[in-house]
Amino acid sequence: MSPEITITDTTRSGRITMVLALCAVLALACAPLVATSAHLNLMVQIFAYLALATLWNLLAGFSGLVSVGQQAFVGIGGYALFGLTIFADLHPLLALALAGIIGAVIALPVAGLLFRLRGAYFAIGSWVAAEVFRLLASQISALGGGSGTSLPARIVTSMASSRVWREYVIYWTGLAIAVVVIGLTIFLLRSRFGLALRAIHYNEGAARASGVNVTRVKLIVFVLAGFGTAMVGALIFLQKLRISPDAAFSVNDWTAFVIFMAVIGGIGRIEGPIIGCLIFFVLRETLADMGALYLMMLGLVAIVIMLRAPRGIAGWLSEKLGFDLVPLSRRVVFAKSKGDSHV
Amino acid sequence: MRDPLLNVSQLASFYGDFQALFDVSLRVDEGEVVAIIGANGAGKSTLLKTIAGLIAARPDAVTFAGSPIGGVPAHHLLRQGIALVPEGRRLFSSLSVEENLQIGGAYSRKGPWSLERVYQLFPILRERRHQASTSLSGGQQQMVAIGRALMSNPRLLLCDEISLGLAPIIVREIYERLPQITGDGMSLIIVEQDVVQALKASRRVYCLQEGRVTLEGESQSISREAIASAYFGS
Amino acid sequence: MDWVNSITQGILVGGLYAMFAAGLSLIFGVMRLVNIAHGDLVVLAAYLALVVTTTLGLDPLTSLLIIVPLMALIGYALQRFLLNRTLGDDLLPPLLVTFGLSVILQNGLMEIFTPDSRKLQAGAIETATLTLSSDLSLGILPLLQFGVAVAIIGGLQLLSYRTAWGRAFRATSDDQTTVQLVGVDPRHVFAMAMALSLAVIAVAGVFLAVRANFDPSMGPARLIFGFEAVIIGGLGNLWGTLAGGVILGVAQAIGAKIDPGWQLLAGHLVFLIVLAVRPEGFFPRVQH
Repeated sequence: MSPEITITDTTRSGRITMVLALCAVLALACAPLVATSAHLNLMVQIFAYLALATLWNLLAGFSGLVSVGQQAFVGIGGYALFGLTIFADLHPLLALALAGIIGAVIALPVAGLLFRLRGAYFAIGSWVAAEVFRLLASQISALGGGSGTSLPARIVTSMASSRVWREYVIYWTGLAIAVVVIGLTIFLLRSRFGLALRAIHYNEGAARASGVNVTRVKLIVFVLAGFGTAMVGALIFLQKLRISPDAAFSVNDWTAFVIFMAVIGGIGRIEGPIIGCLIFFVLRETLADMGALYLMMLGLVAIVIMLRAPRGIAGWLSEKLGFDLVPLSRRVVFAKSKGDSHV
Repeated sequence: MRDPLLNVSQLASFYGDFQALFDVSLRVDEGEVVAIIGANGAGKSTLLKTIAGLIAARPDAVTFAGSPIGGVPAHHLLRQGIALVPEGRRLFSSLSVEENLQIGGAYSRKGPWSLERVYQLFPILRERRHQASTSLSGGQQQMVAIGRALMSNPRLLLCDEISLGLAPIIVREIYERLPQITGDGMSLIIVEQDVVQALKASRRVYCLQEGRVTLEGESQSISREAIASAYFGS
Repeated sequence: MDWVNSITQGILVGGLYAMFAAGLSLIFGVMRLVNIAHGDLVVLAAYLALVVTTTLGLDPLTSLLIIVPLMALIGYALQRFLLNRTLGDDLLPPLLVTFGLSVILQNGLMEIFTPDSRKLQAGAIETATLTLSSDLSLGILPLLQFGVAVAIIGGLQLLSYRTAWGRAFRATSDDQTTVQLVGVDPRHVFAMAMALSLAVIAVAGVFLAVRANFDPSMGPARLIFGFEAVIIGGLGNLWGTLAGGVILGVAQAIGAKIDPGWQLLAGHLVFLIVLAVRPEGFFPRVQH
């Protein structure tokens, strides 16, 4: 007789992680009660990078779309926020949501062009796209052209009249974006869609042969990433209150750092970019005075990790612990066997 | 007795975690033609790849001209005189016929084989020399693959499934040229599915089954029954 | 006549872009590697030339005698000791390692040479011109640069199709395993290809440094120009790459003529249009 089997997508470690994550989110939501303004500021940056790194990981780590041009969508989001608030007088939070939609809409034709480039050439192509958007942004004279512009006071105060409350609003928005981006990414990867993604990741040809529409799947991921990244971009420049083409479309700030986080934490794992992001900020807060040397060190660390431990800290941890912090794959559980029944 | 040119002793070979050869021993003397037969998956190709240096082995498991060569990479072994005609020919598709031959001779030892001599052996290749290697028929491609290996003037030539996918008449045509190749004292290992052809062309034969040598003997005197039982197990 | 002048300048600049592109195309052809640090290596060559010319008092063009072998050596070592270990089925390691390298190079140059822009002084040749008519005159230096670009492309073409090294490059690109059976060590071939790529980069870097100001942050844009020239020209075709560089140079010149802010944009737009209507480029390699 064959043992009764069930297929499950939860594990004990996964449930524990989930409970801990919920507690952490609740604690973070209450943070404004105790934290200083400077801390909240830093936390918003961390939230933004958590979301950016998770989205980059979704592209490069899970979908084979290695982009070095995601700064395009950060910039588009930032400029959309400024444009929609300044010219259409929209509420900044509404503008932030619309910025995501604009990012998704722009992602469609961009994908149409870039998907013609294979593999590594896609990476450089995405960089070209970002450069095009940067140059276009510097042609918008109503937003200050090449030197950029500041968010007018009337728009800043429309969020909340006091500075403290503005900070709270931005803080909670940032927290919400990070939680939603990470949550939706996990949900997506554990759905049937995620299964298709993993099939493509292991063997694109085989996935195609078994009926997965590879281009469509990749297009959906790229558009979703464009949506999320543009929203994060809007958040970043809502906090900065000032935008310029060079800042908005910076490859260093919005792609290089993000790649370092993903590489150090572990590409192709949900918890990877999160771990990498936290390490990045610890390093930044302690070593930022070193300037260029700090960046060189980051580059070196990324190279060493790529060569020595390409699965990053998360991969190393899961190997040492023997389980995944955020399990994505389904497991077969044999009903007859007892105790540790995960296969 | 003279030392053999190639001596394989107690060789074990692995493809990742999968063990393809167990305790294989064989020898090839100077100027000798040895056939290795066996069913699909018996380990024949693995054995040739290991001898040629594409798969690592214990250093003393393979000795060539008296020195241990197990684990020496293929590109070094070519210079020492071991050339492999790989299964499926594996011609360089962006090189012309002549370029395929030329690259075979890029690290040539001293010896009788040259472009001219290969064209004498397979005159059709001279006519086709400027064509893309992929435009040739299967038999002609096999000639290029053999010629490419000969260009390095090997002491030991390893031929993996020369007859694979070729019409019998073409196979016969190629095998008829073998004496011209071994005439200068070159040693030869031929791996074949076509047992009759293999026995006809060789002096001694080894039969592999599931990674082990199950039979060894003189090609002319060995009995059909012995081969059948070595081939399929009993 | 003004237009003729700008377009001519664009054509000549295209030679420089073709040099960026040739090195990129070469290593992609041999080992499917896209070197994100390509442009930063161009800038490194420019700074090396700066050091050599100022310390030894050499003329920039003479300094090529030192810079070219030096860069080739760096390329060989880089490939042999670092990049060979990233090659495999996975796309990420080579991309991310060269990306890390790009960041290290940019910031390293910044640390040593400051972010200020520099220029190499080549003396009289910089201002020498060839007057074709009363309206049209060509700089000797841009002409020389274009001639060198054509010579490099022609040389690479000869090397690829007429020499043993070219055969080894193409055969290794076809089948990394089987080349070992003809005595070729793919790791050495890859390293030689990178050495050659960086030798070309060295020439490009010195011309870049003589023709215009350079600073540590300008590498990525050179990578992009080279990449665009490769795609416009068609993958795997060296003469196509030269044409791609020229098309890009002319597009930029025309853009700049319309509005200075449009110089780079016009180049990118031509690239995007080519990608949209002719993604295989103008002169894709003819398959046998």
